[in-house]
Amino acid sequence: MTDAAPPVRARGLVKRYKEVLAVDHVDLNVRVGDVYGFLGPNGAGKTTTLRMALGLITPTQGSVELFGRDPMREGARALEGVAGFVEAPRFYPYFGGRKNLELLAALDANGAAGRIDEVLEIVELAPRAGHRVGGYSHGMRQRLGIAAALLRSPRLLILDEPATGLDPAGMRDMRSLIRRLAAEDITVLLSSHQLPEVQELCDRVAIVDRGRVVYEGALADLRRQGGAGYRLRSTDDSRALTIARAQAGIESPVLGGHGLAFQAEESQVGSLSLALGRAGVGILSLTPELATLEDLFFRLTEDGDDERAELQPAAPAAVEHLVEAR
Amino acid sequence: MSSAHAAPAPPPPTAAFKRAATVTAYRWELRKLVSQKRTYLGLGLAIILPLIFVIVQSLRHHQDHGENIFASQIAHSGLATPVLMLLFLSVFMLPLIASLVAGDIVAAEDGNGTLKTILTRSVDRGQVFAAKALAALTYATIAVFLSAAVATVAGVATWGFNSITTYSGTVVSPSEGLLLVFAANACYLIPLFAVASIGVLLSTVTRNSAAAVVGAVGVTILLFIVAQIPGLEGIRPYLLTEQYEAWHGLLRTPTNWSPISHSAWLCALYAGPALAAAYLVFLRRDVAGG
Repeated sequence: MTDAAPPVRARGLVKRYKEVLAVDHVDLNVRVGDVYGFLGPNGAGKTTTLRMALGLITPTQGSVELFGRDPMREGARALEGVAGFVEAPRFYPYFGGRKNLELLAALDANGAAGRIDEVLEIVELAPRAGHRVGGYSHGMRQRLGIAAALLRSPRLLILDEPATGLDPAGMRDMRSLIRRLAAEDITVLLSSHQLPEVQELCDRVAIVDRGRVVYEGALADLRRQGGAGYRLRSTDDSRALTIARAQAGIESPVLGGHGLAFQAEESQVGSLSLALGRAGVGILSLTPELATLEDLFFRLTEDGDDERAELQPAAPAAVEHLVEAR
Repeated sequence: MSSAHAAPAPPPPTAAFKRAATVTAYRWELRKLVSQKRTYLGLGLAIILPLIFVIVQSLRHHQDHGENIFASQIAHSGLATPVLMLLFLSVFMLPLIASLVAGDIVAAEDGNGTLKTILTRSVDRGQVFAAKALAALTYATIAVFLSAAVATVAGVATWGFNSITTYSGTVVSPSEGLLLVFAANACYLIPLFAVASIGVLLSTVTRNSAAAVVGAVGVTILLFIVAQIPGLEGIRPYLLTEQYEAWHGLLRTPTNWSPISHSAWLCALYAGPALAAAYLVFLRRDVAGG
């Protein structure tokens, strides 16, 4: 382990099941303090990657390290300070919630048993802790999964689709809980295909499609690159469209129900506003519009290589891997 | 945010720490067994069958019961009952009871997804495996001695705590007879542990409880059939099922240790590779269930 060991560092991770390439040379870099979104459609290889990270399945090729330690080589020792669950958290249905936690705390040692009441309070399961898990709702099991993870006092929390199957109130509570944990300096690696969840919670993302990472970097960079557009409302939108088309540096001007939409560099927007003024077209509003994560996600996972090539992380020197040529 | 993170390296676990973790995991395996209905199915059989035997025999008019010396002593000494029960149950029922848990102990957790839950805690796979294997052997031990205890109590309550004649015609005192009953059951555990080990192997490899239970019992049945095939007499002493009667050597005067020592090394040859293979599979397997 080095002094600069990041919470998660995967290099060239491959998992092949006979003819199926589930994970294809995935590189991940989760930094301390990240709320890191691991995004992808169902079957993209997210869960398989997380299973490899937790040492549950063996990579066909490549390696993954948690704080500099490889779970495949060091076993449980590599999971010190790491907790979480892949797919739905699973418990013994014939035990109550508390007894399940007692079992897991016994396996953890390190005073985990003394935190049971505290974590039950955090996930608001204390009143039902004595009831058998077999009778728990899906949301309660998800929360018990979080409680089981928190027992380990983790520095890295790996959560695979934590809000899946929850009702809107459950989703809200889960997001609020994750935000609270992140505020307590816990690094979170969050796998999800729910874009609003990632957009709301995460600062950095990896987008995976068909087993390959098609983007890794800051969410803000991705959104900035993917759709630095503007919307203009004026006293004469038709005339504004004509002027915009004639203006150098103004791209894809389109007239819609809410005014004129176009893409441009900031300096070119200034030139356009001067041109409009000279032509006697008054500007009612001019607002920058960033592409939503949903737009970008579908562009990355449904479009071809050209689109991906345009959406590269801003800092080429950053260690995160960028766009993979397909 | 992106600053380096210096994680304190945990010290390598000592042997004592590993042992303590394995014992903790073992205790929880036992608590899991105690909490599952399936556990009581096997133990229920181990209790009910001796009771049925005693009730039926107590209602019969007893004369000489054929070739077995203990069958002819049923009404004379309650200590004949546990010996006869061991004779009857050792062939099929006790291997089945042992297989019920051994075949299920890994596969059920894999299927339910709880294996991934415990394998992402602070215990190594080897420790989890050791705890499970020990729990399966413990269950087999409890089933054998529970059956023996019920048979002894019911037999003694019905026919008295009297002296008993062994296979060699020697009459032994009630207390010595009781000791021999205990020793005979302990001796039977040797082949039963081999059956349980095969069950654990099948449970680990197949990831299917039903297949593992049926498979372990199937091995017993297969070996019985093999033993009956003319021309294969030479391999009979090396069949696991032939070791089910090794305990008979204890009920002779002087004690015939030969079948017992033969059983011990032969059963080790069945159990050792089975457990070693199960251990290696468990260490290397992909936990993708649940």
